Amino acid sequence: MTTSASAATPRTPRQLAWTRRRRAVAKFWGDYSQNRAGLFGLAVLALFVLAALLVPWIVGEDALSVTRPAGEPLQPPSGEFWLGTDRSGRSVLDLILWGSRVSLTVGFAATFISIALGSLIGILAGHFHGWLSGLLLRITDWFLVMPTLVLAVALAAVLGRSLSTIIIAIGVTSWPTTARLVRAQTLAVEARPYIERARALGGGHWHVMTRHVLPNVMPIVLAQTTLMVAGAILTESTVAFLGLGDPTVPSWGSTIQAARDTGAVSSGMWWYILPPGIAIALVALAFTLCGRAIEGVLNPRLRSR
Amino acid sequence: MTELPPSDVVPHLDEVRDRVAAPENPTDARRDGGCLRRNTAYIGQRLLGAATSLVAVIFTSFFLFRIIPGDPVRVMTHGRPVSVEQKEALTREFGLDKPLLEQFGHYLLGVLRLDFGESFQYNRPVLSMVGDRLWPTLLLVGASLIVSAALGLWLGVQGAWRHGSTADRVNTGVALTLWSVPSFWLGLILIVVFGSGLGWFPTSGMKTPGVEGFDAVLDVAHHMVLPLVTLVAVVYAQYLLVMRSSLLDEMGSDYLTTARAKGLRDAEVKRQHAVPNALLPTTTLLFINIGFVLFGAVLVETVFSWPGLGKLFYEGLSVPDLPLVQGLFVIFSSAVILMNLVSDLIYPLIDPRVRP
Repeated sequence: MTTSASAATPRTPRQLAWTRRRRAVAKFWGDYSQNRAGLFGLAVLALFVLAALLVPWIVGEDALSVTRPAGEPLQPPSGEFWLGTDRSGRSVLDLILWGSRVSLTVGFAATFISIALGSLIGILAGHFHGWLSGLLLRITDWFLVMPTLVLAVALAAVLGRSLSTIIIAIGVTSWPTTARLVRAQTLAVEARPYIERARALGGGHWHVMTRHVLPNVMPIVLAQTTLMVAGAILTESTVAFLGLGDPTVPSWGSTIQAARDTGAVSSGMWWYILPPGIAIALVALAFTLCGRAIEGVLNPRLRSR
Repeated sequence: MTELPPSDVVPHLDEVRDRVAAPENPTDARRDGGCLRRNTAYIGQRLLGAATSLVAVIFTSFFLFRIIPGDPVRVMTHGRPVSVEQKEALTREFGLDKPLLEQFGHYLLGVLRLDFGESFQYNRPVLSMVGDRLWPTLLLVGASLIVSAALGLWLGVQGAWRHGSTADRVNTGVALTLWSVPSFWLGLILIVVFGSGLGWFPTSGMKTPGVEGFDAVLDVAHHMVLPLVTLVAVVYAQYLLVMRSSLLDEMGSDYLTTARAKGLRDAEVKRQHAVPNALLPTTTLLFINIGFVLFGAVLVETVFSWPGLGKLFYEGLSVPDLPLVQGLFVIFSSAVILMNLVSDLIYPLIDPRVRP
């Protein structure tokens, strides 16, 4: 690495490390912004995250009130209600905005559980050898062959209807892919000479795992995270559609289910059915595009594609 | 690394290769005598693995549907007007008043005899209900696997061969978009447009009552169009992406340059040299994907009232009818394990590089 003229003269190792990190982030962003699909995904995500954060101030909580709805039930789009109204007279647009909060919460929370479990098990299985690694691998392999979505839905049905149930069900069934990836990366990292150096200098298991393996595994975990959020959001909408969601929470999936129950399909109330599905597809697609763009940055072999 | 979409069902390609045991010494394996022993050992190992997974599924199922709910009767009768006497009768009927270990023994014996108990909602043995609903699902899942694999592989080959072209980008974009769309929602939209709107296709069920003979076959095909299109739309992206990335891996290979140098036409190089090699990982995907397709079938059958196992699963979930859901859970999981086993066993047959 050459010291560039623009960087302030680093004095301590800490400052050095931070300069290096800043440069790495800048380079990452430079590579990422080459990918137009990735930028599109990021923009869409930013919009939805913004909507989810600001919705209490834009719309307000009374938009969700069933007892005192804003308009007449099942009205087509008009100047007042841009996307029409639902079966109790609430604005569909407001429901979609509130739904972004639910979907993103479930997506991030479930992914957090799944990624944390997967990384932990992956690093442990890759770092240690012998019976522990063998046992963890067996468990991972076994979860991989299970039909995870069926398992998640069955779990949600058994645990009862609430948002946290769905988060847990998705989280505990979707970690094995991450564990596999992280384990492979851990094995690759631990084969490098600087790990041997760290060990020779007296670094214990904990030191090696947290200071050397974890930072090297993080980039792959990041790509996996974005891909997994898309999956979690789709699964949440599916679980809600199957009637296993919390009926009081206006998620996009439960809005579609409510529309179907109301007979929106046979009577052609497109404004009730189209928007929530488009919202799900947009967010899932945005996360997928971001994930693929990150994968492309990390693995230059993919970039030309 | 592969370009797989974010499915937790489909493992990465590297894993597919990992799982097929690599030969330690390929030249040894070619010698007679040792070959047979190795093959038997390999097959034995895979069979043992599948059997272990099956046992694990059976244990999980007991844990999931008997231990986690606490009191299954309370879960099943939730929100229904049921008297204390009825609850007690149900508890006796499901054997829930016995010690847990005895219940487990009873359950194990039942599963070994393929007896999953009686459905709470229909008062019929779960197995006979599954028997009634099996064929529609096999038809739908089988047809959609064939169509989506053919479509995905073909588009994947076209895309990779002319990668970076407009057609390639549009194809990948459409596939990714369809992959992100919730399948049940796509089904509902198709119903709105082609069913209630244009009236071209029936939107629910599998048969029109009273149609006989050859017309009945056409009738079922007519009913199957919309469910099939929905399922294919959601599933084919995976085949496309894997085929595309697998063929791209082969594109720079020396043997393709050789084939061109000896004067083969572009189409011949593609068809006879590149595609057969790139096909290998995708073949495995066809089998490994079954869990994902089965779950897709649950949603599509629910939306289109297709009288198959998926709809039965949905009917069971909404009660929840625990014996029914439990039976279907074991059956779905077994199907996935079986297909994984098949893929493990046939992969060495089609790819000599990993032959044990």
